[in-house]
Amino acid sequence: MSLKDRMLSLPGIWLQRHAQVALSSLGRLVGNRFSSLMTCAVIGIALALPVGLHVMLSNLSTISGGWESGASISLFLNQNITNKKALALAETLRQHNHIESVELISRDAALKEFQRLSGYADALQALNSNPLPNLLVIQPKATYTTAQAAGKLAQELRLLPEADIVQLDLQWVRRLQAITVIAQRAVVVLAALLSMAVLLIVGNTIRLEIQNRRTEIEITKLIGATNAFIRRPFLYTGFWYGLFGGFIAWFLVALSLILLRGPIARLAQLYQSAFDLTSLDLSTVIVLLSASALLGLIGSWLAVGRHLSAIEPS
Amino acid sequence: MIHFDHVSKRYPGGHTGLSNINLRIEAEEMVFITGHSGAGKSTLLKLIGLLERSTGGQVHVNGRNLTRLKNRLIPYHRREVGMIFQDHRLLHDRTVFDNVALPLVVSGLGYKEIGRKVRAALDKVGLLHKEKSAPITLSGGEQQRVGIARAVVSKPPLVLADEPTGNLDPALSKEIMELFSQFNRVGVTLLIASHDLALISSMDKRILTLTNGALSHDSKVEIRDVT
Repeated sequence: MSLKDRMLSLPGIWLQRHAQVALSSLGRLVGNRFSSLMTCAVIGIALALPVGLHVMLSNLSTISGGWESGASISLFLNQNITNKKALALAETLRQHNHIESVELISRDAALKEFQRLSGYADALQALNSNPLPNLLVIQPKATYTTAQAAGKLAQELRLLPEADIVQLDLQWVRRLQAITVIAQRAVVVLAALLSMAVLLIVGNTIRLEIQNRRTEIEITKLIGATNAFIRRPFLYTGFWYGLFGGFIAWFLVALSLILLRGPIARLAQLYQSAFDLTSLDLSTVIVLLSASALLGLIGSWLAVGRHLSAIEPS
Repeated sequence: MIHFDHVSKRYPGGHTGLSNINLRIEAEEMVFITGHSGAGKSTLLKLIGLLERSTGGQVHVNGRNLTRLKNRLIPYHRREVGMIFQDHRLLHDRTVFDNVALPLVVSGLGYKEIGRKVRAALDKVGLLHKEKSAPITLSGGEQQRVGIARAVVSKPPLVLADEPTGNLDPALSKEIMELFSQFNRVGVTLLIASHDLALISSMDKRILTLTNGALSHDSKVEIRDVT
């Protein structure tokens, strides 16, 4: 083989080597199915916790985000405003710069709906006049849905002579969002702590593996293996542990979501919401799997760095 | 090939392994080292294979000053020195083929080349038909020959053997020594530690005798007088 051929075939051999080491370390894990599965399961459970919480929180912020963008202003008109006047006011308000749409819910329509839903149909029949006011549901333009802008608009509406009560109920959505942000921060802290746990689990497993293969390492060093060569199978083992742990975490979270889907759909129905629990999206799965594989790799790197150099042939 | 210049090795705790060794072994020589247990035979070989470092003097092997060789370069030095041990040091969870292939795998050769070279080495030691066997199923003499095939598979210019016939009967020992002579004839420098005086004096090669860590006799330098 000429030197040129040799140079050309080097990357090929390098890839061949890596593929071979990756597969043989995978084979070793499959060989010790039970103990490998236990290690991967521990990693999986540790990672499933923050991932699951993250999914729940992003669902929560989807819901509350939906509430916020739907932030509309309820303008209850004075009792003495007739339907005609209310219609005219709605038309005027539609011309307003900050207003997207205005929906009139007439006092008659409101009464009918109330009768239908409240179950007090008979009691309401007894009333000789409709106690409900006309209501204008005002949807601000997208750029004016922030609490401040919507608040300003509500203030403006309050000054209308026809206005009785103006309601802008965003405060509790804001509070919920603030709590969600705290919870998200807590998930980040939890994820950091559990990632450290994963590093330690993988590190410890690799340390035991190194001890078990001490003789092999000695002999290989004797024959002229570099530290990189000896390190490689252990790094791949750590990588596989992490990756399979990630898959187990994915499975656990997906399973929990399936179990929660039914009850949550029922709850959503009670709130007359079409909310559907979103499961893990692709980007979260990719981040989960690459992070877990990386954690496995780093964990084994730490163990290998500490313990491999201590083994020298004699 | 090998040059020891006032080399000594003192172990932590005060035990002296070697003291003030001056020695020169030329390329393509076949040399025996003998002496009582603990006389320093293994220590001498370990210094050449850099399993240990000398505590005094200079060791040169194949034009390389081992005293100054950085730790990270040790693997590359060991690839040029084939080592054979009394206890074979084979990997028992791998086949004979994989054991012999190990030095080539470590140096990053391609599969085709590895297959060819491993079979050539196994053929030389007469174990080509055993390439798929597990080492544990082989006899002691066969296991030693696997160890020898592993030591020579990458064609190193220098081969060290530490009591290679220590566990073998005289007939098998003689066979192994014949094998070494064959390698020597094709230009390999061999350094063999053995306390089997009858066997090594029958080989008609240079013999170094160590006594308490010092070189007490060199058959090349003085008139042959082996006792």
